[in-house]
Amino acid sequence: MKKTFLNGIFKENPTFALFLGMCPTLAVTTAAFNGVGMGLSTMAVLICSNIFISLLRKFIPEKVRIAAYVVVIASFVTVVEMALKAYAPAVSESLGLYIPLIVVNCIILGRAEAFASKNGALASAVDGLGMGLGFTLALTLIGSVREILGAGTFFGISLFGESFQPVTIMILPPGAFLTLGIIVMVINIISAKKKGADKVA
Amino acid sequence: MLREFVIISIGAILIQNFVLVQFLGICPFLGVSKKVETALGMGFAVVFVMACASAITWAVQQLLVLFHIEYLQTIAFILVIAVLVQFVEMFLQKSIPALYNSLGIYLPLITTNCAVLGVAIVNITKFGGAELSFLKSLVYGTSAGLGFTLAIVLFAGVRERLESSDIPEFLKGMPITLITASLLSIAFMGFSGLSF
Repeated sequence: MKKTFLNGIFKENPTFALFLGMCPTLAVTTAAFNGVGMGLSTMAVLICSNIFISLLRKFIPEKVRIAAYVVVIASFVTVVEMALKAYAPAVSESLGLYIPLIVVNCIILGRAEAFASKNGALASAVDGLGMGLGFTLALTLIGSVREILGAGTFFGISLFGESFQPVTIMILPPGAFLTLGIIVMVINIISAKKKGADKVA
Repeated sequence: MLREFVIISIGAILIQNFVLVQFLGICPFLGVSKKVETALGMGFAVVFVMACASAITWAVQQLLVLFHIEYLQTIAFILVIAVLVQFVEMFLQKSIPALYNSLGIYLPLITTNCAVLGVAIVNITKFGGAELSFLKSLVYGTSAGLGFTLAIVLFAGVRERLESSDIPEFLKGMPITLITASLLSIAFMGFSGLSF
């Protein structure tokens, strides 16, 4: 159980290892807060759809399973969309178009196909939680880097005072690609070093 | 009227490029851009599906409004798109096998291309109750697809060159690809100065 949970956060982190769900990752991470909002919304949908699909896995015919999954996912996305509009209009405003687009986030369909359709409800819920947290952490990290460099703030709190000249490009589209590229590069260097150390030992 | 269409079209292809500015359809953009040829095939498949999806989701939206069930938009649209892709696949297989074979696996993958659902939703929010909203949606959908094609073909061209260049070990694979995309995106920002 613990392994399933940690799997999503580190080893199979959906963003940095599997490169799934790239569109929201790049699009909404202009600020750390948006990253958290998007991550948590996706996590909610992921956990619910994982549980539901896992419970239904014996009843869904093999041939129409993808269509069935998509309907389940779309229903939960609609629920999350309406809940956000009602209780967190600020989040709903800043994420806009990307909330309905959670439907086509490949992480969710990917986990339904790869995990929930083969495992029990509890394990699927834990998998959804792990993957969702991994996604949230990744988005928050990218959002923080871009917000700190691009606007000089962190969760809206000014960090450097008046004299700071923000690197505006970081919160524009090119900054998204650049930040993710550099983070993946750092991860590559770290894991290469780790492998090297293992060899010596 | 024609002028309006040209403005919508240039806006969707260059200024608000779906891939490089709005971040829709990143998965195929990164996944299917290793060769110019396949990128071109993917691009045209997307143009076709987007144009059809724009037309059909417009009709679906009219129905949803008629019955006051707009909140079912997401579910209705994704189902329509999935069915549409399936139909296109079956149709091409029967009638234009040459095109079908060259598109291969990319056709079914289009269902999960968020750009297609994205274009359908943007159409509704952008041209919702406007005059000629059907034609505008159609033009916008087609242009968005063309913008996707432009971006993915340019990107594939750069990646083909990258294959033969000497890249530091830790940058190989995803990092250099993302940094290349970043540079391409900077280039496209130049178009944001275009105004009418």
